Amino acid sequence: MTAISCKNLSKTFLQGEQKVIGLDNVSIDIQSGEVVCLSGPSGSGKTTLLNAMGGLDTPDCGEIMVGNLRVDHMDKAQRADMRLNKIGFVFQAYNLIPVLTAQENIEFVMQLRGVPADLRHKRSSAILEEVGLQGLENRRPAQLSGGQQQRVAVARAIVSEPTLVLADEPTANLDSNNAVQLIKLFLELNQKLGITFVIATHDVRVMSYCRRMISMVDGKIVNDVLQPLNDSLI
Amino acid sequence: MNQNSQHDAKRELHKKTLVILAWRNLWRNHRRTAIMLAAISVGVWAMIFMSALMRGMVDDMLGRGIDQLPGHVQIHNRLYLDDPSVVNSMPEPQGQLLKSLDQEGISKWFSRVKVPAVISSEQDSRGVILVGINPSAERETILSGAKISQGRFLESGDDRGVILGEKLVNRLETRLGKRIVITSQDPDNNLVEMGARVVGIYKAELPSQEEMFLYMGKATLQELLAIQGRVSEVAVFGDDYRDVTDLSAQVAAAIDATDAFTKQKIVHKTWFEVNRYLGSIVNVMDGFVLVWIIVIFIALSFGLANTLVMAVFERIREIGLMLALGMRPSYVTWQILIESILLLIFGLAIGNLFALLSVYAVADGIDLSAVAKGFEMAGMGTTLYPLLLAKDMLSANVVVIVLGIATSLLPAWRAAHYDPIQALSRAT
Repeated sequence: MTAISCKNLSKTFLQGEQKVIGLDNVSIDIQSGEVVCLSGPSGSGKTTLLNAMGGLDTPDCGEIMVGNLRVDHMDKAQRADMRLNKIGFVFQAYNLIPVLTAQENIEFVMQLRGVPADLRHKRSSAILEEVGLQGLENRRPAQLSGGQQQRVAVARAIVSEPTLVLADEPTANLDSNNAVQLIKLFLELNQKLGITFVIATHDVRVMSYCRRMISMVDGKIVNDVLQPLNDSLI
Repeated sequence: MNQNSQHDAKRELHKKTLVILAWRNLWRNHRRTAIMLAAISVGVWAMIFMSALMRGMVDDMLGRGIDQLPGHVQIHNRLYLDDPSVVNSMPEPQGQLLKSLDQEGISKWFSRVKVPAVISSEQDSRGVILVGINPSAERETILSGAKISQGRFLESGDDRGVILGEKLVNRLETRLGKRIVITSQDPDNNLVEMGARVVGIYKAELPSQEEMFLYMGKATLQELLAIQGRVSEVAVFGDDYRDVTDLSAQVAAAIDATDAFTKQKIVHKTWFEVNRYLGSIVNVMDGFVLVWIIVIFIALSFGLANTLVMAVFERIREIGLMLALGMRPSYVTWQILIESILLLIFGLAIGNLFALLSVYAVADGIDLSAVAKGFEMAGMGTTLYPLLLAKDMLSANVVVIVLGIATSLLPAWRAAHYDPIQALSRAT
């Protein structure tokens, strides 16, 4: 089953008076349960593609389907609802709401979805344990390390059991140990829950653990290969 | 659970989430919130307390003016307001009218003879209002806030003496015990005059009262004007001059109960109809209080808008994150508005509390004798009693909430319209 399908996506930006190509006729299909790595140098278009897939940005032309939903035809509110209900996000930094505790951050998306308090609490507690943060549920982001913060962000992304998690440079601010731990977590969740992960990164450690590797340069997909899986973490 | 109740439950949950977020964000920057809270509280306190002081001043002025002049509701000849001469007098209340005036709801009433006259001393002449009163009943009312500084008050309705204000005595260059001549007109327009001795001199808080009003016994004046049994007006008093609706209705009913002839000849008017100047003061005061409240709020609103703009500016990435996670823009607007409303509610609560405490603290009056001259000029006493009206408190609270929310709309709207990608990529 196809998790995401993009057809002929193009996007240009204006930088000052100069036009910059973000995406150049990109087409890609990602199947459910895949762990896909989008790699490429800065400005290659991986974040733009990720944002378009997640309905955070609209392409100038082309078609995006998330499951059976046509994203590029949605208005702002519909895209917000789709992000809330179908997709989990992990960003590079500033991933958490500072005034909420770790557990409240995890529950935030569920609250927006209207999940009752008892169920929310049960699920967030379970997921905290899953990501190895039991005992830290009442800490605010400022009281957590970078690695712990990213784990909370991952927990928040998967707590509503989305079909798809989009992660943009999730390891950029982490040391090696935390980066590996995070990838391990992604892979475990992929195995256990069958969640599709699309990870934009130029971290080679991350790349080595992804089965499918898509390389981008100047807004184009230049390489899309399946590589032998490094299963040392699983 | 059906779809509607599920939707309601979801909405309730969202509200709770937004309130929690707003509350915590409010206290993220303790100092800024505390300063803003203090500013709102002081502003609200100033709105309410200063309104109470201003109301107190005006109430004092009106209370005295109404007591000494028209009463709360006045009964008089139908033509009296157009021509307040002796021709347009009315009979003393009697029969059914007298019975009605002595009923519950009417705290007191006085019948007076009031005519224009000229008073002459050996040195000078002046135009005055000659007021014939029943001294035993009216002393407290007619000399409300005034005192006899020399001599005595009138002893009875047929006392042949007169009492003058200090200012009039000075103008006429007369003194206690001297004789003066009073000249007026009888109902046939014949000049009538009498000599009378100055038996008392009063000192009033209203300079105009001292200069314009000369008091004598009602029976003496009726005799002089040849209008025995007739009066110019009946001043009726209820409990509160501010609300004379019931009293007016009661007096109307009393007039209605009289015989057809009397009913045709007399009318009743409220104090603000009799004395439009005094009546207009209340309306002017209402407008002034509202303007005062709005002016203070406008000063406050700059601080409030600044606080919210800064709060939003500092949280652009966080707002971007919430939008990216699927929070609807309208919820972001609500979150900022709730922050503002919480700030306003706490500011109002503190401001109201301090205003009430301040009014309570000076409830026994503020001594203004140091600036008494200025106050006397305005017809006010030297002690200022604050008057806190529920409608002034309500106006202050409504203005703060309504304008406060209006002030917050722009920062809230802007926050909701951030592009999540741009907001997330913004440098902190």
